[in-house]
Amino acid sequence: MNASPSLRDFLNTTVRDIPRSGIRDFFDIVTTMKDVISLGIGEPDFDTPWHVRESAVFALERGVTHYTSNLGYLDLRVALAKYAAKAFGAEYKPDTEVLVTVGVSEALDLALRALLNPGDEVLYHEPCYVSYRATILFAHGVPVEVPTSAENGFRLTRAMLEARTTPRTKVLMLNFPNNPTGAVMSREDLEDIAAFIRERNLIVITDDIYGELTYDQPHTSLVSLPGMRDRAILLHGFSKAWAMTGFRLGYACGPAVLIDAMMKIHQYTMLCASSLSQKAALEALTRPEVDVTQMVDEYRRRRNFIASALGDMGLQCHRPLGAFYAFPSIAGLGVTSHEFAIRLLHEERVAVVPGTAFGACGEGFVRCAYATSMDNIKEAMLRMDRFVSKLRKAQGAGAPI
Amino acid sequence: MDELLKILQTNALESRENLARMLACPVAEINERIAGFEKDGVIRGYQAILNEDKLGLDKVTAVIEVKVTPQREGGFDTIAERISRFPEVSSAYLMSGTYDLLLFVEGRTLREVASFVSERLSPLEGILSTSTHFMLKTYKRFGVLMRQDKSDERLSVSP
Ligand SMILES: Cc1ncc(COP(=O)(O)O)c(C=O)c1O
Repeated sequence: MNASPSLRDFLNTTVRDIPRSGIRDFFDIVTTMKDVISLGIGEPDFDTPWHVRESAVFALERGVTHYTSNLGYLDLRVALAKYAAKAFGAEYKPDTEVLVTVGVSEALDLALRALLNPGDEVLYHEPCYVSYRATILFAHGVPVEVPTSAENGFRLTRAMLEARTTPRTKVLMLNFPNNPTGAVMSREDLEDIAAFIRERNLIVITDDIYGELTYDQPHTSLVSLPGMRDRAILLHGFSKAWAMTGFRLGYACGPAVLIDAMMKIHQYTMLCASSLSQKAALEALTRPEVDVTQMVDEYRRRRNFIASALGDMGLQCHRPLGAFYAFPSIAGLGVTSHEFAIRLLHEERVAVVPGTAFGACGEGFVRCAYATSMDNIKEAMLRMDRFVSKLRKAQGAGAPI
Repeated sequence: MDELLKILQTNALESRENLARMLACPVAEINERIAGFEKDGVIRGYQAILNEDKLGLDKVTAVIEVKVTPQREGGFDTIAERISRFPEVSSAYLMSGTYDLLLFVEGRTLREVASFVSERLSPLEGILSTSTHFMLKTYKRFGVLMRQDKSDERLSVSP
């Protein structure tokens, strides 16, 4: 009767053994509940700018409903190369060094598959985006996590990398501004990393998807440092800064040899990114200084608000400098991250994501996304304050005298 | 524009404490700056944005294009200010293009507005012509859509 055990035997063992994302489990609980304020959403609450949506409608009317070139529309690649030069500080040739993909997600998968032989080791810093580890495993690589910590603002240092590098290390993945910590790396921080990359002859995949979303200093991309452009694949997309998650549009820039290898996989497995989304992306690039700046200003106000509110409830939180996440410590409250999140959800109807969803070193932290309205943030902070006070009281009562 | 003014322009009711948090500065500084804006006449008032169509009021609004002869002294300002003082006029702007002043005039009935135009406005010295349009429905005011469809399509938790 029960066919599933035997069918499971047919599964690829790598796929079978990878656990579901912890976020997914949490999502399943939240959806059963009413009146929850969610600080658990990793995507902008803003509407996609109207001129972008309108251009997609117009493209649909005109019948832009066919396959595009595998690399993506050339006019879009030209615009992307121009944008990358301005925003990330590296020059790319539109005809051979830019590949339009189905979100950064696809680009990440392509990059890893294009580079890895079975057993090659990939360094990635944790806490990190939930897909990294799984995507490395799917590409037959060996994920080697590099824990970062709140003490130095979740930045990556050369010493941390050195401790985890072996002769099999081939690729280093970077994500700053960081999901889930909101950490950023300054040029000086990156210079140390770049020197290390050069010495160890590594290839870098740098996920700069939150590059526009910095609040105190402009973003510096690794690719802008001397020599880095020639050994890095830059990933970026429209999901975050333009609030275009559902369009599923991203791109990769890099040396022609690498982009060509990624293109081969893309060509056979995806063919091309959505034609409509490509038209919308081209429109989005026409006035980023208006659309993006407006959203960044609002995120900055929310960041200020949430950082101050978390501080007032006595939670340690390194200053979130980018992306739209605060990552406060809940240490000393007598609960694990998971317990904190579950109880906060049940007792106060606020959803946050346990830090452990982003790697083991996320224990003791929770991720609060401020990609939600100021009204929601205000109410969520009131509720969280009440909850934290309750935990403190219980702590005090139960503490040995 | 000033960050504080930007926030007040979208929500004038924001508490001083919240404003201080958003702008990462002390409440006293917020109070002082708002008082300054009020004193300097940068902030001229605080109003609610109503969806009047929902209220079923006995009220009509006309948009009136006015051509005038500028005065020898004071140019357009003298006549524009004179017109603006009528309580029926809710907004008045100097325009470029084929007419000079654009007025928003409110009254209880079409007739009331019509008589304001013919008996008060047109006879004023310096008015050359007027062209009156009545407003039928409001879709958006002061940057706010009148239709409320604030559904969040997003998943409640995502990576
Ligand atoms: C660090 C990071 N990379 C990539 C993605 C996925 O982006 P896309 O929508 O372009 O696939 C996300 C989305 O949350 C992210 O946080």
